[in-house]
Amino acid sequence: MDDELAVEAIGLHKSYGKVSVLAGVDLRVARGSVFSLLGPNGAGKTTTVKILSTLVSADAGRARVAGFDVARDRHRVRRAISLTGQHAAVDELQTGEENLRMMGRLCGLSGAQARGKATALLDEFDLADAARRRVATYSGGMRRRLDLAAGLVGNPSVIFLDEPTTGLDPRSRQGMWQVVTGLAASGVTVFLTTQYLDEADQLADRIAVMDGGRLVAEGTSSELKTRFAGQRLDLTLIDDGAYREVAGRLGGRVAHSEPGRLLIGLPTDGTAAHVRALLDEVDPERRTVERFTVHTATLDDVFLALTGHEATAGRTAADTEKETANV
Amino acid sequence: MSELAAPLAVRPATGSRRSALSDALTMTARCVRLSRRQLDALLTMLMLPIMLMLLFVYLFGGAIETGTRYVTYVVPGILVFCAGFGSSTTAVTVAQDMRGGIIDRFRSMDIGGPAVIAGHVVANVARNAMSTLLVLGVGFLVGFRPHASGLAWLGAAGILALFVFAFSWLSAAIGLLAGSPEAANGFGFFLMFLPYPSSTFVPVATMPGWIHGFANNQPITPVVEALRGLLLGQPIGNQAWFAVAWCAGITLVSIVATGALFRRRTA
Repeated sequence: MDDELAVEAIGLHKSYGKVSVLAGVDLRVARGSVFSLLGPNGAGKTTTVKILSTLVSADAGRARVAGFDVARDRHRVRRAISLTGQHAAVDELQTGEENLRMMGRLCGLSGAQARGKATALLDEFDLADAARRRVATYSGGMRRRLDLAAGLVGNPSVIFLDEPTTGLDPRSRQGMWQVVTGLAASGVTVFLTTQYLDEADQLADRIAVMDGGRLVAEGTSSELKTRFAGQRLDLTLIDDGAYREVAGRLGGRVAHSEPGRLLIGLPTDGTAAHVRALLDEVDPERRTVERFTVHTATLDDVFLALTGHEATAGRTAADTEKETANV
Repeated sequence: MSELAAPLAVRPATGSRRSALSDALTMTARCVRLSRRQLDALLTMLMLPIMLMLLFVYLFGGAIETGTRYVTYVVPGILVFCAGFGSSTTAVTVAQDMRGGIIDRFRSMDIGGPAVIAGHVVANVARNAMSTLLVLGVGFLVGFRPHASGLAWLGAAGILALFVFAFSWLSAAIGLLAGSPEAANGFGFFLMFLPYPSSTFVPVATMPGWIHGFANNQPITPVVEALRGLLLGQPIGNQAWFAVAWCAGITLVSIVATGALFRRRTA
């Protein structure tokens, strides 16, 4: 197996009773990258993370994390990773500082080292002011940050984040995104699961789309968009007559149409030359096209194309990927 | 939020190799801290035995003939009752812990089930030491006058500690078995009733014949008899050995069960 990989999995299968949760999952994650497993609820994301973080054993297949086999070398895997799951893994009745110091002790630090590490992490995660307050008084975002900090006490080289922003308000999500970006910049490998398309788009070097216990696609965000849902030139026509005329003339070349909005979409590679040529072809008199939009595929489109259903949640600000211009 | 500084980076993981013992100590410190902060639960655990003692001494005591002053007879029993009830709270704290996300984190940090559970057990022994002293103090106030040598006091404390240790491990196993803290709580009631068919509150000889077999041969009776004998300066025969054997057996079986249940619950 390849030593440049932080995570490598081959043919992972897992069933609970008769319910098959994973049906053959292969993964390769390069060291120092941010990898996102994207999929709706029930796709098998959490089970994958649990197998890779040694909490659950696979029925079939094998996996190596940080260079060690998750089944045979589980103790060494555990010393190289950290897992921040969906449920906050900190004690509400302890203060933020006490939680981190406890984790430090459990990671083999001395009392003084644990104290120093806790202080440093509380500063880094903007929790210094709340260090001596019980976690029960923290906001959701603060709790999630503490949770993540607790996972970093042992200097892991691979960090698993299972839906790190689910249930957070937009501002706290932005905060978490900054934290993940910072982690990636520091050289650790981040493996995160999410059901939010824009999150994967923002953070991940590579994305694997998961649905029904299988990976249905894998690649960079732009690769996925190009491969599974190309760009489109959407034209808004001046009136109904023009709409019918253009639609009739172009026939099967129309990739998308919305009669109610007088909108016709044509495939394009997005270059200026191609857009200009299309406009000239459709509207040589420069009179029937009122406006145009180059529709860059979003992960929504990818997801829809791949799974046949829309992502369950989380289309937020990503729809800004459209450039609009008047003719 | 401030930018993450580079020093967080990929230094080789963690410091020195820890031992299971140091993990267990850290876990004990955690559980002690958590229980100090659950004041309501702590107060219930401290108050209930005292209420019960006052109930038996003042309300029932006048009607119960035990050959000595009833307070002298019942206080050692109340100490055991209180220890049994106190032990049963381990089931609840363990079940609460299993429900949160922190167990998964501990496991992904390579901290074993025994260390986590040992933290609960040792913290519970400490809690019980406190409540025992309190009950003993109130016992003195209502007229309990033991006649024990220093060695006998030590022996009594030892047996009681062993009893709490054993039943705390048993409770921990029940806590792992129970699906929820609420279900685990029910176990407390079971342990509260176990002392009744024993010599805890009244001599077994006063009970109907068919229950003698159970009452004489259940673990509470030798513990109570040994404790009572030691505190009152009476001969105890083999009761102390029976008590130790029961406690050792229960501890052993429970630790094994705890290991298996922890693996099953978290697999």
